[in-house]
Amino acid sequence: MEQQTTQTLYEQLGGQPAVNAAVDIFYRKVLVDNRINRFFEGVDMDQQIAKQKAFLTMVFGGPANYSGKDMRTGHARLISMGLNDSHVDAVIENLGATLTELGVAPPLIAKVAALAESVRNDVLNR
Amino acid sequence: MRSAAGTVPPRAQAGMKDSWKTRGYFFSCVCVPEENLEIDSADADIRMEALISSLEFLSGDVIRACLTTREPMDFRAGQYVTLIRNGVARSYSIASLPQAGELELHIRKIPGGQMSGWFHDAAQVGDTVSVVGPSGECFYVSGREDQPLILAGTGTGLAPLYGIVRDALQCRHRGPIHVFHGALNRRGLYLVNELRELARRHPQLQYTPAVLGGDEAGDAAVGPIDSVILSRIPNLSGWRGFVCGDPGLVQMLKKKLFLAGMASSDIYADAFLPAAPS
Repeated sequence: MEQQTTQTLYEQLGGQPAVNAAVDIFYRKVLVDNRINRFFEGVDMDQQIAKQKAFLTMVFGGPANYSGKDMRTGHARLISMGLNDSHVDAVIENLGATLTELGVAPPLIAKVAALAESVRNDVLNR
Repeated sequence: MRSAAGTVPPRAQAGMKDSWKTRGYFFSCVCVPEENLEIDSADADIRMEALISSLEFLSGDVIRACLTTREPMDFRAGQYVTLIRNGVARSYSIASLPQAGELELHIRKIPGGQMSGWFHDAAQVGDTVSVVGPSGECFYVSGREDQPLILAGTGTGLAPLYGIVRDALQCRHRGPIHVFHGALNRRGLYLVNELRELARRHPQLQYTPAVLGGDEAGDAAVGPIDSVILSRIPNLSGWRGFVCGDPGLVQMLKKKLFLAGMASSDIYADAFLPAAPS
């Protein structure tokens, strides 16, 4: 008898190797995006890459250790620098472009974008 | 955690840089040992006495100090040691290979510097200092011998790079190796003849000295080191990089190499942090 398996979004995307493949592409897009790169100035690259990995793991539906409180405290400094909805839009756009570049199917990209949307209010502290 | 003996399962080192893996670091939270594993705390270091075996000026303000430890120290070229003397501790990168049997350090005279001042003005061959270490993960790891390498640094950032380049050559690295050394002016460059000679003997090695000031550049390239690098190698996809020196420069260079296509996991860096004010 054939066994029915339901893959999670994280598994469908390819798990940790997919996160590792996406992180450099995504971070490069963010660093050259003039709408948002000022928020990353003076930030140590290795620390930022680690954070981007955690973020991608979360929006891929993977095992995440982020809490809403982490999101709020982690972005408090950026809010004082003027972080708003337009910047979150830009991040989600870069995320989508990264996944397109990696050949991910549009319905899966939509699911990832929805997970990213779910933390918008925490990030913007409202 | 770090393993002192035994094999760490690959899963416990997934996502780490190769140099961390080489030193035996692993994530204890996901480590299910498959054989006996002897472990150490991540920062276990050894302190020992060392004798100054030679002192020599490399440039107007840089001294090459060679130290012999009482017992052989297990280190990799590019790592650093911390010297302790009269309660003052300062870290210096290792420019020598373990086979040399001594630690070669490049010590720039810092105005008012306690350790560098002593080395420049008072230290004698035969004097002793305490050495702690080695530390640091900025070193050559063999296994991808055809990968192109870029080594870039300013000032005494050349010290670890001078060790790393000779380590790579000794490990029979076959891919191209480009060494870029930047300084404010011609007087800040050192080991120029040694590096030229090394490049002459190893066709895969290229050495490019670079200065900011153009007046007395001689045959050095002129311009900021990042521009000098990227004008020669615009696309760094697939390259491995080693970046050493002033923290601001290291942070900037890491970003430039990354944006030019180098994978973040292939970028090794050692930022020389200034001594904490005492």
